[in-house]
Amino acid sequence: MSRFLKLAVAILTCSVWAFPADAGKFSLGRKATTEEVKAWDIDVRPDGQGLPEGNGSVSEGEELFQERCAACHGEFGEGIDRWPVLAGGQDSLKSERPEKTIGSYWPYLSTAYDYIYRAMPFGDAQSLSTDETYAILAYLLHMNDLVDEKFELNKSNFTSIRLPNEKNFVDDPRPDTPRPSIAKLCMKNCKAEAKITKRARIIDVTPTDKKNPTAGID
Amino acid sequence: MVQSTNNSSVSRRDLLKAAAASGGALAAGSISVSAAAESNKENLPPNVADWSTSLGEGVDTNPYGKPSEFEKDVVRRSVRWLTASTESSVNFTPLHELDGIITPNGLCFERHHSGVAEVNPTDHRLMINGLVEKPLIFTMEDIMRFPRTNKIFFLECAANSGMEWRGAQLNGCQFTQGMIHCVQYTGVRLKYILEEAGLKTNAKWLMPEGGDSAGMNRSVPLAKALDDCLLAFKMNGEALRPEQGYPLRLVVPGWEGNMWVKWLRRIEVGDMPWHTREETSKYTDLMENGKSRRFTWVMDCKSVITNPSPQAPINHGKGHTVLTGLAWSGQGTVDRVDITLDGGKNWHAARIDGPRLPKALHRFYYEFDWDGSPLLLQSRAVDSTGYVQPTKDELRTVRGTNSIYHNNGIQTWHVLKNGEVENVEIS
Repeated sequence: MSRFLKLAVAILTCSVWAFPADAGKFSLGRKATTEEVKAWDIDVRPDGQGLPEGNGSVSEGEELFQERCAACHGEFGEGIDRWPVLAGGQDSLKSERPEKTIGSYWPYLSTAYDYIYRAMPFGDAQSLSTDETYAILAYLLHMNDLVDEKFELNKSNFTSIRLPNEKNFVDDPRPDTPRPSIAKLCMKNCKAEAKITKRARIIDVTPTDKKNPTAGID
Repeated sequence: MVQSTNNSSVSRRDLLKAAAASGGALAAGSISVSAAAESNKENLPPNVADWSTSLGEGVDTNPYGKPSEFEKDVVRRSVRWLTASTESSVNFTPLHELDGIITPNGLCFERHHSGVAEVNPTDHRLMINGLVEKPLIFTMEDIMRFPRTNKIFFLECAANSGMEWRGAQLNGCQFTQGMIHCVQYTGVRLKYILEEAGLKTNAKWLMPEGGDSAGMNRSVPLAKALDDCLLAFKMNGEALRPEQGYPLRLVVPGWEGNMWVKWLRRIEVGDMPWHTREETSKYTDLMENGKSRRFTWVMDCKSVITNPSPQAPINHGKGHTVLTGLAWSGQGTVDRVDITLDGGKNWHAARIDGPRLPKALHRFYYEFDWDGSPLLLQSRAVDSTGYVQPTKDELRTVRGTNSIYHNNGIQTWHVLKNGEVENVEIS
């Protein structure tokens, strides 16, 4: 075999070895035990997958809420400073200041279970028991006028609770803006005049003024 | 001399006061080295500067190097009124101070929901569970033994420019477009990791979950994961910075930054989406009619002129002027950028320079002879799918002003006679 051919074969072999693109198994990692998965698998879905056994009442939830949540979210879920408002806001979504609460905006109750259990209270995540999480959720539902004061939330009645705004979520319809022909994009004498209509310096909030709290990034 | 402030989160009024005091024209945020700044004659010809006659610091003075002290104002900045606490907050990349397409690691904007998790990589584990043949646990060493790849991608927060829906509000592209960065990631294809666990036939969605105390979780369609998602452990050649998810983050090219889960501890495989908090109560786009768009993942084509801009005024007066900026698209490459100096009456082709990679920043330039008259600057990008960056009014016509996310409208800068620049909107 000529030197050139040997080289070509070597390169070919190398490239095959260098890109085991869709090769499949590398025999890396180890099997997770049932116990390990159970401990870390804390997510909950709208269909109820992931919900643990447990229950909690509105009155238990009220007590817990005042103790664990009200410092940021307010006694009635009204939100302190810029911390999230949790109750009210019904009929505000078409207004200039939409109030997105569990009652007015969130599509699924499971989202609240999943989030509260994994991430709340802020700075003390995963400290609530499953019963406590059910109880706080029951109280949140009550604050949003979705259940009465005697209500108790548990694994079996969970998916029967539907939130009012569920039907108002739609899939992404983009592209939704005009699609001009690229070839015909105007380059010369495209308009007669350009007048300034809005100026940041009039609003004057760059970057730390507290007087305009309306435009948070959520 | 560098006109500056040591405070990285300053009010515009303070700066204007400082401007009045120094007699110069300036705007919010830091100010670049300017021609207007006075030089020390001792350092100028025919004199010889001290640094030309004496020894400098030796090697190892800074085992991990840092920028020149004259660049100390090139920093991330925050807008404190945006959020309730610094642990659940955001800061912004100083786009007006950068060039090329790569963002230095220390300047990549930060967005955390429960602060920066300090993860010991020796104790970090990634679990794969759910609809897989064999649930697995990987160490960082395991992950680094998969075949690696190097890819440059931008990461843009869906809320970038979100404060501008109702009109021009913040003076500076750091604040109006600075929730973006672009780095080279080294990592492994998510596809390999999933194949290692073996996907069941009904697998359709993934739920990546962060190891911070927010336990950040999102739903990602399996097709995207298999197509181009990466598990990254390096950025720009070195380990991820803690604030960018050290030791492991998910890379979801072209899609909103919130999905790029940091401190990645687990991926669950499922047959339907989870509808987590970050894809229902947040990162959904509220329309004027009260309907909300969900799963709005792709970051559409967008561009911004970074110089001149409010934090980077024209200090040299009339004459040859370099205009530069950034363009990007979550759908592919940027084919073209047009520039106007007169508020859209006439447009000119900008020059894209440097790498033109899909789902990465593109750098553009337009050089012109400034006659000293006021300008209304805009850039308009077109991507490889033929999508044309819309005006802000075109977006508002379709979406109203409450949608917060995905504002990719054309930005206007008003250059005044004295070179000062302000954020405006025009008819």
